Amino acid sequence: MSRPKQNPRTQLPKVPTGIQGLDEITGGGLPQGRPTLVCGGAGCGKTLLAMEFLVRGAIEFDEPGVFMAFEENVQDLTQNVASLGFDLKDLIERKKLVLDFVYIERSEIEETGEYDLEGLFIRLAYAIDKIGAKRVVLDTIESLFAGLPNPLILRAELRRLFRWLKEKGVTAIITGERGEETLTRQGLEEYVSDCVIMLDHRVNEQVSSRRLRVVKYRGSTHGTNEYPFLIDESGFSVLPVTSLGLLQSASRDRIATGVAALDAMLGGSGYYLGSSVLVSGTAGTGKSSLAAHFVEAACRRGERAIYFAFEESSNQIMRNMRSIGIDLQPWVDKGLLQFQANRPTLFGLEMHLATMHKAVKDFKPQVVVVDPLNSFVIGGNESEVKTMLMRLVDFLKMNQVTAFFTNLTSGGDVLEKTDVSISSLIDTWLLLRDIEIGGERNRGIYVLKSRGMAHSNQIREFLLTDHGVELRDVYVGPGGVLTGSARLAQEAQENAAQTARKQEMEYRKFELERKRKALEVQIAAMRAEFEILEAETLKIVGQEQARETQLSQERVDMGVSRKANIAARPARSKGGAK
Amino acid sequence: MSANPAAANNTGAEVFLLRLYVAGQTPKSLIAFANLKKICEEHLAGRYQLEVVDLLEKPQLAQGDQILAIPTLVRKLPEPVRKIIGDLSDTERVLIGLDLRPQK
Repeated sequence: MSRPKQNPRTQLPKVPTGIQGLDEITGGGLPQGRPTLVCGGAGCGKTLLAMEFLVRGAIEFDEPGVFMAFEENVQDLTQNVASLGFDLKDLIERKKLVLDFVYIERSEIEETGEYDLEGLFIRLAYAIDKIGAKRVVLDTIESLFAGLPNPLILRAELRRLFRWLKEKGVTAIITGERGEETLTRQGLEEYVSDCVIMLDHRVNEQVSSRRLRVVKYRGSTHGTNEYPFLIDESGFSVLPVTSLGLLQSASRDRIATGVAALDAMLGGSGYYLGSSVLVSGTAGTGKSSLAAHFVEAACRRGERAIYFAFEESSNQIMRNMRSIGIDLQPWVDKGLLQFQANRPTLFGLEMHLATMHKAVKDFKPQVVVVDPLNSFVIGGNESEVKTMLMRLVDFLKMNQVTAFFTNLTSGGDVLEKTDVSISSLIDTWLLLRDIEIGGERNRGIYVLKSRGMAHSNQIREFLLTDHGVELRDVYVGPGGVLTGSARLAQEAQENAAQTARKQEMEYRKFELERKRKALEVQIAAMRAEFEILEAETLKIVGQEQARETQLSQERVDMGVSRKANIAARPARSKGGAK
Repeated sequence: MSANPAAANNTGAEVFLLRLYVAGQTPKSLIAFANLKKICEEHLAGRYQLEVVDLLEKPQLAQGDQILAIPTLVRKLPEPVRKIIGDLSDTERVLIGLDLRPQK
């Protein structure tokens, strides 16, 4: 009880719908044993949502269902949902589903007094009991108001019906047309108050998008946003916006950019695995080339990659990349690279997102390129594009896919701004810019930001050569950044200066050597002189000593000859003799 | 002079096949049955067949005749099928529903 969020007892028991995304938003599904109201305008997918609830229930959760249709007959209904892969006939034969079409024609009915809807109850009860149904759909029960007289009786009977459904313990979906001021035309929300889901279908700039919102869910927390959803060949899927929180794990592994010099700029080893990379720049600055490098490097490592192209066909991209020495065709042939080229206007954003989801889920790539992002911006839908990209980024991060986006900045715009202002979602942002100087237009690249790594702050010149992208150091002088031939001139100048300096140094070295030699000669001469002096000195000393010895000998001899004290020590006797 | 026998012949030849759907012996059902019996005896004496179906006993029949409201009187014959709902207390409307009175 101390952690109520994790205690299942505090939550209502729920029935999973099996519809992709809806169970996430509702925190597990629809309230068990209670009716849920699904309302929305014509053609917004109410019937389909309800039908998928039954079909998924029957197939995935072993909960048979009853579909009571007030608008479409059994044959139409079966045909309509067959396009979504639902085989109703099979389910009916296997006693997993009962379809009951309720036909009401006002003109054939005469009211002659008080009545009740016991017949409907009996029919429903009979259908439920026949297959042991746990799920019931009433689509669209409001048709009763058009078909039967006396709304007062109907209202009372509907109230009784919903109560009866609860007593039966079946989880029900009641659909209703959206009203002018109320959620449904007949105010069904008054009776069905446990859970109300609203569907919406709007068209903006000729592109349609569908939304779902949980208006109310008594006794349960739920996502309150409008969530886009789509209906495709695999049925209904709701795409939760980033409601799931930021829980992605952050890898410390790096992934090479495909350009060695760029790796070096990014702390030596490239992007983080599973991060999102944005390359923005004006037209023709080489964004797609960087993308191609990245994709090629991934394929070379044996990884899979998907290239979502929204402005060029795959053939055009491959031809263009071949001109800079990147051949992508072999990787396509090997099945490591997949191109998905579509016009952004082909369908709505949600559908784009969904197709991307699907492609990523099916192909399981490690690398995804979206080129370019801003082609999604049509009219004033920036905020929608942003939420879509946020979801895309989150989805790719969740799957540890490294995402590479390009963004075209239009001429007059501030460079450090993207049309869809998604910079905050991006981990590594590379900026490609034109540098116009000396009558030339050259390309420069720099790392605007790169989260979590020590990256270079240098602007490099970005060259497209026939063997791919090359990065060069640029010169920053008083006149600005030097690129192209200005850089070459500067390089030549620098080379000349360097040669001169080198020569100067050589000369100095030589001079020093010469001086050393002169000094050594001098030292040798002095030493020779000294040696002569030394020799002479020693000779004199020797002579002096010899003379002294001889002198004392002569004295001794003289003493001997004079018969002096012979015993006396010769050295001392000399003084004593004086 | 020729129109009258033709009309009489028309109505006279038709046999009304009527089916009254009820759900158990509720007061409404009983009232409806009594009302119906009276109307038939007055207007269709000798040329009607009446069948009462209790849906509590035969719920599977509700789908076939598209029964929602109880009580419902279905005129199976003559064609086209007509439905009259309610306890049949409004005799005038019952007669309209059964096509026994020209609608105004």
